[in-house]
Formats: sequence, structure tokens, C-alpha cells
Amino acid sequence: MKKQAAAATAGKKQIGQTIFLENAPCIIGSFSVAGKKESEGPLGKTFNKIVDDEYFGEKTHEAAEQQMFEMAIAGAIRDAGLHPEDINMLLSGDLLNQITSSSFAARSFDISFVGLYGACSTMALTLGIGAALVDAGFREKVVVSAGSHFATAERQYRTPLELGNQRPPVSQWTVTGCGACVLSLRENPPKNKSHITGNPRERHTDKCVPRITAVTFGKVRDWGTLDPNNMGAAMAPACCATLVAHFKDTGTTPQNYDAIFSGDLGKLGETIMRDLMANENYPLDARYSDCGRMIYSEKQNPYQGGSGCGCSAVTLNGFIMNKLRSGEYKKILFVATGALLSPVSSFQGNTIPGIAHAIVIES
Amino acid sequence: MKKKPEKKEHTRNEKYADYVSKISPRGTFKPSLIWAFLIGGLICYIGELLFIMWGKVFPAYDKENIGTLASSSLVFLAAILTGIGIYDKIGNIAGGGSVVPITGFSNSMTSAAMEHRKEGIIFGTCANMFKIAGPVIAVGVALSMLVGTVYWVISLF
Repeated sequence: MKKQAAAATAGKKQIGQTIFLENAPCIIGSFSVAGKKESEGPLGKTFNKIVDDEYFGEKTHEAAEQQMFEMAIAGAIRDAGLHPEDINMLLSGDLLNQITSSSFAARSFDISFVGLYGACSTMALTLGIGAALVDAGFREKVVVSAGSHFATAERQYRTPLELGNQRPPVSQWTVTGCGACVLSLRENPPKNKSHITGNPRERHTDKCVPRITAVTFGKVRDWGTLDPNNMGAAMAPACCATLVAHFKDTGTTPQNYDAIFSGDLGKLGETIMRDLMANENYPLDARYSDCGRMIYSEKQNPYQGGSGCGCSAVTLNGFIMNKLRSGEYKKILFVATGALLSPVSSFQGNTIPGIAHAIVIES
Repeated sequence: MKKKPEKKEHTRNEKYADYVSKISPRGTFKPSLIWAFLIGGLICYIGELLFIMWGKVFPAYDKENIGTLASSSLVFLAAILTGIGIYDKIGNIAGGGSVVPITGFSNSMTSAAMEHRKEGIIFGTCANMFKIAGPVIAVGVALSMLVGTVYWVISLF
């Protein structure tokens, strides 16, 4: 046993918090579903599917979220030119209690399912674990997904939708959206994609295949932010810690990446993040941006920007994936961030711990 | 006796907290006040109009009854506005101006009832209706008891 472990480190499969994926699993399919408000934002054109109806044709918002997951997962499998029976594993997570949206959506697929919770960092969490499973050869094809719905998140974490209250200026707007990726070691054979139906947004001219080469799993950081509305401030220390660990483990600097995306720190969180990273001697330049800030325009009055699992998930599977596939980005760092609070913990006066996981995607 | 293991307290990073509170945007004080005054005042004005109206409709009623009628009408109107999704937009601008009047109370009940109607009438609507309005009632009852006691004590002398 010891010998094995020693051999593993000698081959540099892991340094510090970072695991290196020698086989570099490919993202062979991806899909993003987004709601109306997101489609009106600056990234609106990059999403694969837009659903204007906040109920997605269902009776409740919870059922709508579940429907959204089914759409995204099925869409990603279709995008990979596969069928659900070709997939070995489904990793998914969301924001609701007992992650019901993910597990209820998994009922529709005859695939082994693992539900994961990482608050808004779930996309990076599922992607990282999925990539590790594929890289190690345990599973051949894995679907990973994450998503959130504005109405269900509001109900769970905040107040009823129709309550006439004012949001504090530091608050963020939960994104209605869901993203899914299909991971596999082998690149997609140029299959006849004729069975893909319907959506003109689906790409057919992909020059590059994005590959995941390293994953840094973050540590929980809590610097004592008490305000549950100010999630950017709660998550920025965790994001900073993960990035610093990543740069140290891999011996890289921010300049080695074409772009660095944090999950949903928002405008305020992005400012804090730049300050924190400058203190750590890894100053971030224009390459760095935050999905939460990008997803809505100033006109849409999203306060500090988007949040929720869906925020980083749809940005990754829309905007970022398109640029990776077209070859515009050669190497990016995707750091989804999560605030690990519950409504109970905030009411009991607990501070808000944050988490962040970083994924290196090359193409 | 066993010694209790010393619990490691999670310490707050005060420097970071100061930095965050310095950098965080604050609500704009003046416009908020003006909007709250205008819309809160408008709601009270409508209440006054309703009072006059009901006074004309039921001249036999005394002031107290007419006052009750006027407040009930305001509650009804706010519930309707909440139901059709307008009150939250008013509240977004007015802030305290639309929370403090009785219409805010109506809105807090209606919105909670609507939000939970899919969980059934008993455990959804009825159980959650006072989720937000509950504290107001609890504080109201407690305070009126206190005030009542003070009055009673004063009346003894």
C-alpha cells in the first residue's frame, strides 16, 4: 500500500491540494439552459437553450428546476453525440434542501447517480470529481451538472417573491440556469450528429476539444462575514486561498492563463478578490473576470451580479465553452465559489464559510 | 472529573470585516427617505379618502367602525396588488414607506400564503401565512400587554 502511494506522488499525480490529470479527460459535450432574465443579459446569445417560462411548463418552481436539470443533462448527452445508455455516471448538485432537484431529475435517467453539494461552487466540484473518475479509468463517460432557479433559491434562503421589501445593495441575484458537461477520455469521433434535433444554437463547427488537466480542491475559509446578503465578501477569501494554492502547486502565475473566471463573487466580490490577490503577490489583470458580474448587465439591476450554482454553470457551458472550442482560449482557470451557509446557520448568528474549487481547462 | 476539552473558538478576522464594510456600497439615504415619505404618505392619503368615503356610505356608523372599514379596505387592496404582482415593485421603491402602513402587513401575509400554496392549504398556506407577519403580531401583543399594565398602574393612583 505504502509503495503504491509513494509511486503515485513520484509520478506527480498530486501536489498539495492539486491533482494532475495525466490523461486529460475531454469535455465532449456541453449544454446550458437559462431563464429569461439571463437571456437578456450580455451572455444571452451564448446559451444553448432559453426558456422564457419561469415554471418551465410545470406547476411549481421546484418542478421547473428539476425539468431544467433534465433538459441540460439530456442536452449535453445529445451534444456529445451519445445516448443516455452510453453514460456510466451522473454527478450533479443544486442549492435546494437535500439537493432534490438533482436527484429528482436523476429519476429520468438510468445512470448511476451521485449527488454533490458545494453551494454555488457545485459546477467545479462535480466537474473536478467527474474528471478525476474518468482520468483514473473508473468510469468511461460521466455527465456532470449544476444549476439553480431564482424562485426556489429565494424561497429557501430569503423571503417570499411577492414580499415588498428592498434588497440591500450588496445582495446578488440568483441565476435561473443549469449547465451540464459530458466527460470522456476519448475525443468524440466525428459522428453523424443528425439525430440532434431542434436547436439552431447548437454548434457544429468545433475546432478544439477542451480538456481538463488539473483540479485544485479548495479548503473552507471563514473570515467572519456575518451578512448573508454579502456573499461576495464571504467567498472571496476562499477563492483567493484556492487560487494561491493552485498557483503554488502548479508553479504558474495568473499570466500563464488566457482567462481566469471566478464563479459568483459579483462586482463587490471581484473588487475584494483583486485586492486580496494583490496582497498575496499574484495581482490579477484584465484576464480575470467574475461570472456573476458578467452574466447581467447594469441595466437589469442585479445589484452586485448573479449568484447560485447556475451562474458559473451556464457561463462555463455557454460563453467559456464556446471560446474554448473555437480555440480563442488555450488555457483557462475556472474557479467556482460557494458560500456554505444555511438559513438556520445565519439566524443562529454563525459566520459564513466559503469554498472554492479550481479547474484548469486547456484546448 | 473529566476536564472539558477546550473548544477552539472561531475567530473573526476584524481587519477583513472593517475592510469589507468600508468597500461595500451603502443604500442611498436621501432618495430612500423621500420615496418612503411620498409613497407612505400616498397610502395614508388613500386611507383617509377611504375613511371619508365609508363615512358617506354609512352615515349611521361611528368613527371607530368607519376606521375599521377603511383599514380593511386598505388591507384588501394591498392583498389584490400583491396577488397581481405589483406590491413588491412598489415596495422595492418605497422601502419603509410601504412596509410600515397596514398594507405592508397585508403584503407580508399574502405573499407568504401565495408562496406556499403548493404545499397544500393546511401545511402550506395556513402554516406559512404568518411566517413574516408573525413577529409583528407577537411584538404587538407583548407591547399592548405592557402598555395596558402601565395604564392600569397609573390608573391606581
